[in-house]
Amino acid sequence: MAVKNFVVGLFDDEAVLFPAVKKVRTAGYKLHDVYTPFPVHGLDHAMGLRETSLHTAGFIYGITGTTTALSFMSWVFNVDWPLNIGGKPHFPLPAFIPITFELTVLFAAVGMVMTFCYLCQIMPGVKKHIFHPRQTDDKFVMVIELTEKTNAEEVKAFLNAAGAHDVNEQKAEAGWWFGRYDKNDEVYSVPANA
Amino acid sequence: MSLKYESTLREPLVDGVKDYHQVTEDIISPIEGKPGKLWYVGFFISLTLLGFGAFSVFWQIYFGVGVWNLNKTIGWGWDITNFVWWVGIGHAGTLISAILLLFRQGWRTGVNRAAEAMTIFAVMCAGQFPIIHMGRVWMAFFILPYPNTRGPVWVNFNSPLLWDVFAISTYFTVSLLFWYSGLIPDFATIRDRARTKLRKLLYGVASFGWTGSTKHWQRHEALSLVLAGLSTPLVLSVHTIVSFDFATSVIPGWHTTIFPPYFVAGAIFSGFAMVQTLLIITRKILHLEEYITLGHMEAMNKVIVLTGSVVGCAYLTELFMAWYGANPYEFATFFKYRAAGPLGWSYWIMMTCNVISPQVFWFRKMRRNVMVTFVMSIIVNIGMWFERFVIICTSLYRDYLPSSWSYYRPSWPEVGFYMGTFGLFFTCYFLFAKYFPVIAVAEIKSILKVSGENFKEKMEKYEEESAEKFAHDVAHAH
Repeated sequence: MAVKNFVVGLFDDEAVLFPAVKKVRTAGYKLHDVYTPFPVHGLDHAMGLRETSLHTAGFIYGITGTTTALSFMSWVFNVDWPLNIGGKPHFPLPAFIPITFELTVLFAAVGMVMTFCYLCQIMPGVKKHIFHPRQTDDKFVMVIELTEKTNAEEVKAFLNAAGAHDVNEQKAEAGWWFGRYDKNDEVYSVPANA
Repeated sequence: MSLKYESTLREPLVDGVKDYHQVTEDIISPIEGKPGKLWYVGFFISLTLLGFGAFSVFWQIYFGVGVWNLNKTIGWGWDITNFVWWVGIGHAGTLISAILLLFRQGWRTGVNRAAEAMTIFAVMCAGQFPIIHMGRVWMAFFILPYPNTRGPVWVNFNSPLLWDVFAISTYFTVSLLFWYSGLIPDFATIRDRARTKLRKLLYGVASFGWTGSTKHWQRHEALSLVLAGLSTPLVLSVHTIVSFDFATSVIPGWHTTIFPPYFVAGAIFSGFAMVQTLLIITRKILHLEEYITLGHMEAMNKVIVLTGSVVGCAYLTELFMAWYGANPYEFATFFKYRAAGPLGWSYWIMMTCNVISPQVFWFRKMRRNVMVTFVMSIIVNIGMWFERFVIICTSLYRDYLPSSWSYYRPSWPEVGFYMGTFGLFFTCYFLFAKYFPVIAVAEIKSILKVSGENFKEKMEKYEEESAEKFAHDVAHAH
């Protein structure tokens, strides 16, 4: 976790946002993130983010569920307490299918949601810096991280030229902390902007 | 150049002149205001029903399962009828949220949140019945396979009743996760525009610290897609397994291979009817007619007429097989004691409500009529309740031994228990409608520029130009 300096610009329209993302990347600025109120298709590719491997994780969890269910039921019926149920076999595979399927789905779903929360670092009680209160409403908020090599004024002018409005500079925690949203417990207080 | 283009021939999914902020305002402002008088009236009626239900359940637990009118012949009555009915209702929510997501049906975005909530509440109601039916409910944990001091004696993994335990609990968990993962971004929207401290605190906790980062949205999309892919076979499996409770037995009238598809179709049929009932009221009270449009209702009515007809075909197939199968007991069940006999009236209520009455939806005018849809949705739910009653009771009340033939009518604790689940369902739904965004705000925004009315008008100029030019322009847009 680290406190960093950012230049923040607001966009109203995704049609303006896409070319701006492209310009920022070409200019070589460090694009911290773009916060959007809804999933904007293709924005992840435009920003050069790699594909998520959440699907693969889900597959692995699912396989774990399948194996758990099959091996557990076989162990119970064959090893731990073999019981004659109406003369039926001790390894009735067709009868095992429903529970095996359900556990596959259960493991995959629960595992994926937990992985999702872990990867995104979200859970109840977690607080993160909100660059603009309308980033979850109707604004597309582009955040550029300032490094030693970048000049804040230059980045601001650049964002204004790319179609952003209410461009401002913020010093903020880039990661998460445990906090309450009704309290101002940020590491650095944010200048009131637009 | 718009990012995506949809023919203007398709009617808009969001009516009126909207921008993203207006969508937020429309859907979230009811949460921030005080609920109306109707909300309080409805909520307290629901609470009263819930209280009566709790009393009925207390009565049953205190005096034993004998206070129900079940007997040696009819071992399953209202309780299992209600269980199957409630589970079935849940299915439409998952169908809308999962299967229609895979089919890329844009109209699901208007109704999926409320439908998924309905699923969760319906499954909560359904789960009560088998557990209370156990009689000694404090032993309910015996259905779980845990290392115990009784041997350990394990549960019977061959039993469809145990499959049900796994199916229903998995279904509940996965539906809840799917629903809540969709709610997180919308809670963040409420949090960031909240003006009171309490609201900021509560929605801050509920939103898990969501920011709307592009990477998080990418993962969120992947999660939704895979959860939809998992829920699709899951929803089909759940009612299939419920039907196995009957189909794997040897009772004439239950022992049929047609049950799984027939139950699934019936579940979707009744579920969509319940979605219609709820949404017609919700859109009226919360003024969401521009998001839950007549087009949405028409689409759901099409599903109702389709699944209703599938169910009708299943009824006729059953009758045909009862005759063609040449099993005298099965023939007697269907033709002497189901379509006729002391409980025959329930069969004809079922036939009228489920097969005949939905046929009005072949007419576009009827599909787009709010009143007709509302009345039909109630009729279908009554019909589907009777379907389960017919399957369960008319197969049981005339068994192989005429001296045990009996009749069945419920006692007050059975009726009270059923009413209590209505209380639970509507209490939850009223709280949901007040404190949760009843429409998926983020999802509506993502389709707004493709299917919003004011944006569709701008697309008319693309309709003029050739498809080749449009494809070329899109390919070189960025």
